[in-house]
Amino acid sequence: MENHQERSDHRSQDLPQVLVIKPPPVLTLFEDKFISSKFQLLKAWESTLPLDQFLTNYAGSVRAVLCSGASPITADIIRLLPSLQLVITASAGVNHIDLTECRRLGIAVTNAAGVFSDDGADAAVGLLIDVLRKVSAADRYVRNGLWPVKGDYALGSKLGGKRVGVVGLGGFGSAVAKRLEAFGCTVLYNSRTQKPSVPYPFYSTVLELAADSDSLIICCGLTAETRHMINREVLLALGKQGVIVNIARGAIINEKEMVECLVRGEIGGAGLDVFENEPNVPEELFGLDNVVLSPHRVVFTPESFVAASELVVGNLEAFFSNKPLLSPVIYE
Amino acid sequence: MESIGVLMVCPMNSYLEHELEKRFNLFRFWTVPEKSAFLATNKNSIRAVVGNSSAGADAELIEVLPKLEIVASFSVGLDKIDLAKCKEKGIRVTNTPDVLTDDVADLAIGLMLAVLRKLCESDRYVRSGKWKKGDYRLTTKFTGKKVGIIGLGRIGMAVAKRAEAFSCPISYYSRTEKPEIKYKYYPGVVELAANCDILVVACSLTEETLHIINREVIDALGPKGVLINVGRGPHVDEPELVSALVERRLGGAGLDVFEHEPEVPEELFGLDNLVLLPHVGSGTVETRQAMADLVIGNLEAHFLNKPLLTPVV
Repeated sequence: MENHQERSDHRSQDLPQVLVIKPPPVLTLFEDKFISSKFQLLKAWESTLPLDQFLTNYAGSVRAVLCSGASPITADIIRLLPSLQLVITASAGVNHIDLTECRRLGIAVTNAAGVFSDDGADAAVGLLIDVLRKVSAADRYVRNGLWPVKGDYALGSKLGGKRVGVVGLGGFGSAVAKRLEAFGCTVLYNSRTQKPSVPYPFYSTVLELAADSDSLIICCGLTAETRHMINREVLLALGKQGVIVNIARGAIINEKEMVECLVRGEIGGAGLDVFENEPNVPEELFGLDNVVLSPHRVVFTPESFVAASELVVGNLEAFFSNKPLLSPVIYE
Repeated sequence: MESIGVLMVCPMNSYLEHELEKRFNLFRFWTVPEKSAFLATNKNSIRAVVGNSSAGADAELIEVLPKLEIVASFSVGLDKIDLAKCKEKGIRVTNTPDVLTDDVADLAIGLMLAVLRKLCESDRYVRSGKWKKGDYRLTTKFTGKKVGIIGLGRIGMAVAKRAEAFSCPISYYSRTEKPEIKYKYYPGVVELAANCDILVVACSLTEETLHIINREVIDALGPKGVLINVGRGPHVDEPELVSALVERRLGGAGLDVFEHEPEVPEELFGLDNLVLLPHVGSGTVETRQAMADLVIGNLEAHFLNKPLLTPVV
């Protein structure tokens, strides 16, 4: 295992080198098709060496690293990569990258935000309809043979006319808003800054948004400011009939407080694709019919993954030929 | 009006029962042990029947109620009412259009998303405690899928409008082409099925549309195609559908209605490319109240000799 580089194909030694600490989903699914035909992957996870030793021994001239949520790029990691100039993530989220440190050192960062917006928005709307109309719960009811025995299922709540608060109006949020309009929903939003070209009413705090909304859809990134932004106060403002949908990051919601609110009936329901400590999901949720759970895969379609792979390759090709990056993260 | 007999043929909505009781002499047909005897005794006081998608007024019932003036259905579908018989006898018929259009269309899209993105299956998976990190199962993208709609009435148009927001190209089959509509028209259901990814049944149930989804249509839709039924169970040849799903000749289905509700073929219970719902198309608190108000409004209008709100006959 120590002869890591000697094990690589001789041809690939001419290809530009890209460090991968742990393989992101796109690599696991598409490596042969996309990435390793054009780049020599330095696969840290295949070594038995501790990571810092591996990096010290082999990654001294590495200029680019492909990362994911499973392999965060911290200041400590960056320190072990003296030649690093580019961090690529195949995800939309960048919360696993120390952006401050990258910015300080002039290290560029690219993500895959745009390619996931449709799938993420589709699933967010699907989860909202599921909670309001009790789709998963009613499907369970039928499959358990209860329809002939217990009669008609409980009534749900109409989506049309609902006031839906979108938290974060970036790629995901805008795609969600566009879809919800077609169902006759009134779209409201909160974002770091107001967007003047957007027709939806802006609320400067999530609390105010929640107080005026029937549902909240979380579409923003996870940062120091948004961590636990959705807490008990916000959920109580959303109210007993209120529904929350989270397709962003689990830690944006104070999960413990949300679970308490759900168990106590202080909010109406939740559609959740992400959790604070995946793959662990609070077991109290398993007994609730007004909650729909998804294993962090709202963007898991072949089309999204192919597009994300192509974007990774495109960014790497641009980088190694000194051309402008395709999807750089702009520091705000 | 308290002496006017109104026969409600099956339980449907307690608010409606309560309100009808306040205004009329309400008979709850399902609580009667000896139905023939009951009808013989009360036939001359029953001037209205209230039905729904499960039960209405067939020729037999109409014949034994000589004073029947109006049938008010707590549904938009009229397949449980013998319309010809009503016309023949001058009996008025009302239904509940428009107020449930949004809910049914919302549910159709909800079914599409749940089937393609495997939302119910995901929920089961997480609840089973089997989720491990690194579990990358892909689902099918919905945006941009071709949606074919059978029946472009109120509900069909509402489904189309919503699907367009997901960039889905829309095509349709209807009794007649609608030149003012910009969606692509196919003159036959098989052709429509062959040219779409998701086929939605949104037409009314008549003799012509009975089993409109048959083996040929299912084959044309194919192993990647998805059928969504928010119409009536008898729109689909159910045994054919079941075998197509079990044998994976059809990609998936979202079904809110079945041929013999509340019975659902058990062979479907173990399949993960399906969503099965207990006829909840209009099943929201808001919409059922609006439907009930329409039934009450129509009956009141009739017995006060005012124009009916939503007459069909």
